[in-house]
Order: sequence, then structure tokens, then C-alpha cells
Amino acid sequence: MSDVALVAHQLRYDLLSIWRNPQSRFFTLALPVIFLVLLTSLFGNHTNHVDGVAIKNSTYYVPGICTLGIIASSFVNLVITITAQRESGVLKRRRSTPVPAWVLIASRALTAAVVSVVVVAVIVVIGRIAYGVRVPSSTIPAIVLAIIVGAACFCCLSFAVASFIRNEDAAQPMLQAIILPLYFISGIFIPKDELSGTLRDIASVFPVSHLDNALFKAFDPATTGSGIAGNDLLILAAWAVAGLLVALWRFSWSPQGA
Amino acid sequence: MYGPPQQVGGGDASLSDQWRVDAAPVAASAAADRESALVIDVAGLRMAYDGFEAVRGVDLRVRRGEIFTFLGPNGAGKTTTVEILEGHRKRTGGEVRVLGEDPQHADRRWRARVGVVLQSSRVERELTVRECLELYAGYYPKPRPVREVIKLVGLEKKAEARGAQLSGGQQRRLDVALALIGDPELVFLDEPTTGFDPSARRAAWEMIAGLRELGKTIFLTTHYMDEAEALADRIAVLNAGVIVAEGTPSTLGGRNQAAYEISFGLPDGVTVDALPFPARTLSEPGRVLIESTEVMATLHALAGWAIERGAEVGDLRVRRPALEDVYLALTEPAA
Repeated sequence: MSDVALVAHQLRYDLLSIWRNPQSRFFTLALPVIFLVLLTSLFGNHTNHVDGVAIKNSTYYVPGICTLGIIASSFVNLVITITAQRESGVLKRRRSTPVPAWVLIASRALTAAVVSVVVVAVIVVIGRIAYGVRVPSSTIPAIVLAIIVGAACFCCLSFAVASFIRNEDAAQPMLQAIILPLYFISGIFIPKDELSGTLRDIASVFPVSHLDNALFKAFDPATTGSGIAGNDLLILAAWAVAGLLVALWRFSWSPQGA
Repeated sequence: MYGPPQQVGGGDASLSDQWRVDAAPVAASAAADRESALVIDVAGLRMAYDGFEAVRGVDLRVRRGEIFTFLGPNGAGKTTTVEILEGHRKRTGGEVRVLGEDPQHADRRWRARVGVVLQSSRVERELTVRECLELYAGYYPKPRPVREVIKLVGLEKKAEARGAQLSGGQQRRLDVALALIGDPELVFLDEPTTGFDPSARRAAWEMIAGLRELGKTIFLTTHYMDEAEALADRIAVLNAGVIVAEGTPSTLGGRNQAAYEISFGLPDGVTVDALPFPARTLSEPGRVLIESTEVMATLHALAGWAIERGAEVGDLRVRRPALEDVYLALTEPAA
């Protein structure tokens, strides 16, 4: 089997494992849908102003929830999976076989990307049917690009963050402690206009808000042209490189013990 | 818990000797392919962690086609040594050759020739036994057929069950199956039967003995003396980072030269001093023990003495020192 075929082989089983895991299904697929329905019901689907532009609440929330879905699949779920597989010896056993490390990592990253695309597609379809949120066809490439860069960025960060988590019980609370405040200050739950300038400045350091910006730009009815948010994507890429470096420095295939 | 002494260690034609005869042609043909007969060759292995030396100069030689058993108490350096041999850990000193290569710089071709059952690895919960084996089969250049490996470890009835649904023993069988799917020449089994009930353990032994029939070389670590006795061709005992004894199950630590224990109940009215050889009394009233390296001569003399006096020697027992006795003496912490 060539190495590329080996990645496809591994990808098939990684996707199968995710699909069969009820926890993964809930957190990556069901939860974003629940959030979308909840937030639009909570705040009503009236028209709002974001950065001086009139926009329907649902149109604001669709890219935000897509961000949440991408992060759920390529960060939260991935960190938990990596930690659990490392602590249960699955990673060490795989490294005892001839499979190259990069094949395992590439498959994990592709799994996250595939699941992210599926989650975004589900959110977009629900947004279209239930709330009439339109996706401009001219910005579809920008959406796909944002998903791929975002998934890659959070994937790299997953391998970095997992190296700091000693066991799988610690993973969920630690991740929520990192990600929930970021969701709040990055405008995922609360419209950005209602956040103070300080909070928005803090949020602008972290990748969550930049992935949200990149997706929002593509969904924004006021956007003209391709809708590709170059600066945001570059910042995501910088976070990806940082994550990768930390992962290369710290990542271990063997159990770290409780 | 342990089998009767005569069963495990008794005659010279022990279980392991019979097996060795069967394995010989395989070992010979394998040696013919210009591969060294030594599958593992370790000289002066050292491993230090932050100044603490866990392994302090270990020499090991494992020949093709044998079951080599590695014994030692917790903390003796067993796992460290095994991890170095598997290529999972870098050593601080010494020479290591496994299948002719240094595991520290092992490549994919080398990994394809080695199967590893880790001491504590759990199965992949969402995949069935068959799927998991298919996944791992894809990693290897020449895997064995999945169906055949499932049969080898006796999981035919569980082939479609997911990892999460398997019992502890079944999960361990799957571990072994995953180590065998690539058709390796050398298999590391790190405490493969820990937590098994007695019948599952027997079944596992049969399976491991079957691997030897396939011509595999097995490096087995265990805490169970009966396991070592049933399976091992050779045993090395590691204590505090050094090998303290090496031999076959029947010769380890001079076991074959060690004195037999002959015990019996004294005839009525006879004191221990009246016996024709030195003996000592046991805690059980009226019972004495003689240690002898010439069992037949001692028994003959004892019988002659008893018949001459018309005395009855009750509940006569002859016991060879158990492997466990030898092991415990070897690994006794220094006073």
C-alpha cells in the first residue's frame, strides 16, 4: 500500500470510529444545531447592526455556529480523542507497527476537516431552510477555504494542547475552560457589537474570533467579491505554525500516566 | 494455584524440551537465510533516569524460535528493558541488536518484523475485532489473513463485536491478534495473561505455545512462575537492574542441583535424633524434613532403616524446590 493509500485507509477507520461514538456525534453535530436553534429563538430573528451594517440575527449566527462546529470537531473532540488514545496505549501500539507517524497525523487532520465540512453543511442547510439565510455562491470558495484553514489550525493546536493534558478525565473540563470564554468574547454567542472594545481586543489575539471573522465575511450580504478574509486566514495560519512547533516539541505517543 | 511439582518440573523430558524438538526444523531453516541465529543480542545495556540507573549492565541473548522469559519484581527494570528492545525508548549505554538492527534507529521494515503486545493497552472501542485487524493489516507489507488470525486467537465468535463489548480476556486476545497480523518474526508479550481467570490463562498458554510452532521467537515477561515453567525455553531473572540468573526452567539458579526436600511423619516413639541422617523438625507435630541432593540413596537408606525397625513412615513426600522458591531467593531484597 502506498503511503497516500495508507492515509485513505486510516481515514476510513478514523471516520468510522467518530461516527460510532455517541459522544462525538453529540458534541460535533447535535450541539451546534442545538445552539443555532437556541440562539436564534433566544434573541429572535430580527434585524441587528454589526459594524454599522444591518443584518438578520440568523445570518449573524450561522457563521458563528459554523465556527463552533469546526472547533468542536477539529479541536475539542480531537484533543479528547488524542488524549484517550494516548492514555489507553492505542497510539503507542500503532507506533509499534510500521505505519509512519505522519500518516496517522494526516488522517486525524483529514478526519477533522471532513467532519468540519459536514457540520458546516448541516448548519448552512438548516440556516437556509429554517431561517432563510442565503449563501452567496460567489463566496463558497471562501467558506471552504476558511473551513480548511480553520480545521488545520485547530488540528495543530489539538496536538499541542493534548500534550499538556495528562489524562482523558482532565481533558473535557480543561478544554471547556479554554474554549467557552473564547466563544463568549469572540462573538459566537453574543453579537460582537454588544461586547466592549477591550474584550474584542483580547479576542482578536486568539484564533476563534479570526475563524469567525473569516466565515462571517463570506456569509455577510454586504460582502462584495470573493469574501476571502486574508488577514484572518494568515493569523489562523500563524496559530497553526505555533501549535505545530509546540506539538513537535512536546507530543508523546506513550501514556503519560495519571 | 500452582500445578503439582511432578507435572511442571518433574522429569527431564519436560514440556519445554518436547517443544524444542518440534521447533528445531523451523529454527534451522530460518537460520539458513543468512540471518543470525541470535534474534536479540544485548551487551552491557544501561538506562539512567535523572541520575537513577534503572538498568545497570544487562546482557541478553535470545535465539531464533525460542520462548525467552523475562522475570523480575516490579521496579527491577523489566519494562524499561523491554521498551528499549521494542524501540520505544532510547538507552543511555550498551549495545543492542534486535533482528540485526539497533531498535533505536529502527525503520519501517524492522517494525514490520516485530510484533508487540504492550502491558497495558486497551482496544479501539468503536471498531469490531475484524475491522481493527483489517486496519492494522493495512500497516504491514505482508499481513496474515484476518480470518486466520482471528481463528488463531480464538475470537471467531466475537469477530463482529466492537472493542467496547469484549471481556478483559477477549481484549487481550485481540491485542495478541494485532501483534500477529503483520506476521512478525519476533513477538514481545508483556504480561499477556495478567487478570485472566485460570482457564483463560491455560488457553493463552496453548496459543503462545502455538506461536512457537509457527517458528516465532517470543520474548515474554510475566509475574507468574507457572507461566514461565509451562512456556519458557529459557529464563532470565532481572533484579535491581541486573540479570541475577539465567537458565532453563529446570536449571535456573542451580535448581537442578538444589537439594530435594523429603518429609514424613516420625514413627511413634522415635525422636528426630534417632534417624540415621540429619533432619529437622517441622512446625507440624511429629513431622520431619531431610534435605538431600541424592534422593534415591537417601530414600533407599530411609526405607532400609524403617523396614529393619518395623516402623511405619507416614505421609512420605518428596519435593523438588519450586521455580517460585528459586525466584524468591534470587530476588530477595538485600538485607
